[in-house]
Amino acid sequence: MAIDQATVRKIASLARIAISDAEAAAMEGELNGILGWVEQLGEVDVSGVEPMTAVIPNTLRLRDDVVDADPLTGGNRRDDVLANAPAAQHGFFGVPKVIE
Amino acid sequence: MTDLTNLTVAQIRDGHRAGDFSAVEVAEAFNANVADAKALNAFIVETPEHAIEAAKAADADRAAGTLKPLSGVPIGMKDLFCTKGVQTTAASHMLEGFVPRYESTVSQKLWDAGAGMLGKLNLDQFAMGSSNETSYFGNVISPWRRKDGGNAALAPGGSSGGSSAAIAARLCPAATGTDTGGSIRQPAAFTGITGIKPTYGRCSRWGIVAFASSLDQAGPMARDVRDCAIMLENMAGFDPKDATSLDLPVPRWEDALSSDLKGKTVGIPKEYRLDGIDPDIDAMWDAGIAMLKDAGADVVEVSLPHTRYALPAYYIIAPAEASSNLARYDGVRYGLRDLPQGAGLQEMYAATRAEGFGAEVKRRIMIGTYVLSAGFYDAYYTQAQKVRTLIARDFEAAFASCDVILAPTAPSAAFGLGEKAADPLAMYLNDVFAVPASLAGLPAMSVPAALNREGLPLGLQIIGKAFDEQGVLNAGLAIEERAGFTARAEKWW
Repeated sequence: MAIDQATVRKIASLARIAISDAEAAAMEGELNGILGWVEQLGEVDVSGVEPMTAVIPNTLRLRDDVVDADPLTGGNRRDDVLANAPAAQHGFFGVPKVIE
Repeated sequence: MTDLTNLTVAQIRDGHRAGDFSAVEVAEAFNANVADAKALNAFIVETPEHAIEAAKAADADRAAGTLKPLSGVPIGMKDLFCTKGVQTTAASHMLEGFVPRYESTVSQKLWDAGAGMLGKLNLDQFAMGSSNETSYFGNVISPWRRKDGGNAALAPGGSSGGSSAAIAARLCPAATGTDTGGSIRQPAAFTGITGIKPTYGRCSRWGIVAFASSLDQAGPMARDVRDCAIMLENMAGFDPKDATSLDLPVPRWEDALSSDLKGKTVGIPKEYRLDGIDPDIDAMWDAGIAMLKDAGADVVEVSLPHTRYALPAYYIIAPAEASSNLARYDGVRYGLRDLPQGAGLQEMYAATRAEGFGAEVKRRIMIGTYVLSAGFYDAYYTQAQKVRTLIARDFEAAFASCDVILAPTAPSAAFGLGEKAADPLAMYLNDVFAVPASLAGLPAMSVPAALNREGLPLGLQIIGKAFDEQGVLNAGLAIEERAGFTARAEKWW
């Protein structure tokens, strides 16, 4: 099914990517080309086939239920977490005004 | 004195151990080659001081009798691995200036093994590409040129194009790569070097900038099979910080290398014989079959009936996962922020992501967002995951009658920069032989096998059963010994 420019703008909005009208026009053709090509998957008979969830069989593990079980990924790393934030202030992430 | 930059990882390790040269001499020689190769644009950041520091430690360890597996070996690090205190960009504007406060598991293992870092290697932006043309920091230029007397700039492959170009040009003896849909094997084939993607889960993904998590897998790139084995031993291993890490011991792949394939069976997938493929590729494949027979293997035809659906399934699954993974780039926690005058939070997200992502990354996020959106999820994403199950079953069925599978790595030799950039689909099709093994999570390697009529390298791919890296490496070694591939790019840079 072909997508139009309104759909392109809708997808861009969902993906939180600002696009100009010219970009939306260019992307309409590109995305239709790719989506038209992947549509051939519809001809594969998948009746009774389960969608893959794990490519190599594995079981999810639980870590020990203790605070800071792993020193790298545990707590007390505020300054490390904020070190690359573009607008950290007072020990918090800074964002533009959210509430009017 | 021999040029130290012509030595392999094994030769550097053994020569350093024997006292033939110091690790500092090795690091200085490679640092000099890196500094002299700006024209290739293989590195985003050079770290000569890191290499020298590790080399000094290696020399001290030798004096103290405490040598490590990679003491004295300087390597290149794909700029997708987070390195503590050293900028990590994934070749994106979004992460320009991002300096991790932690080290990826794989790079930490390599440093713990004694290796030093020559620099962070260029790649396709967020590892999305097959030619290294999507990097925010410019194209990597392959050291190879066609023998037509022209000087057309060729693609080093992608996404690990900085890694492949640097190894082929003797800027490093080995490097890390990552492979989501061929990103280790295709660049290795394009530049006449060797690279292996291990079984999904062998190498921890912790600290690797995520692209498509069910496919992403790190692996080594080097000049020969033994070096790949050595590197992989020092990259692989269980990591509780990665939920999909394999809790298995790391085999001693180097010690068990053997090119004697008696009793082994090699499968030749008939669906990989594409109509209209370059005759040089088919000729190399046939030569590879003869080499494996000569090594003692039996050869049988096998069928992988869903091969033609692998690429379209990949181009649903990988963008879907990417759209989810890349949602983290929001201009708040790290990386770029673009805050237009008077913008609110939502406008800031949209402006930041418009500014920080390149065209191919946006394209894939958009595709992924669409196939996961309400009303389309089952038709696209669920269908693709079912097809992925069928592709994995194809391999299971084929491995009932063979131990490894032999195929070309890529359908062509290196193409010129710009030749495919205008058509995303044409670029995607270059991974036609690489993607099926990625979707099935299987170990797969590319070894250089021949030069085509233009004088450019071609690679053969060996695909193995899950966990059987040894079988892949051994078949690769049998080809390497018989192909006698010694060609290298003539220095022009």
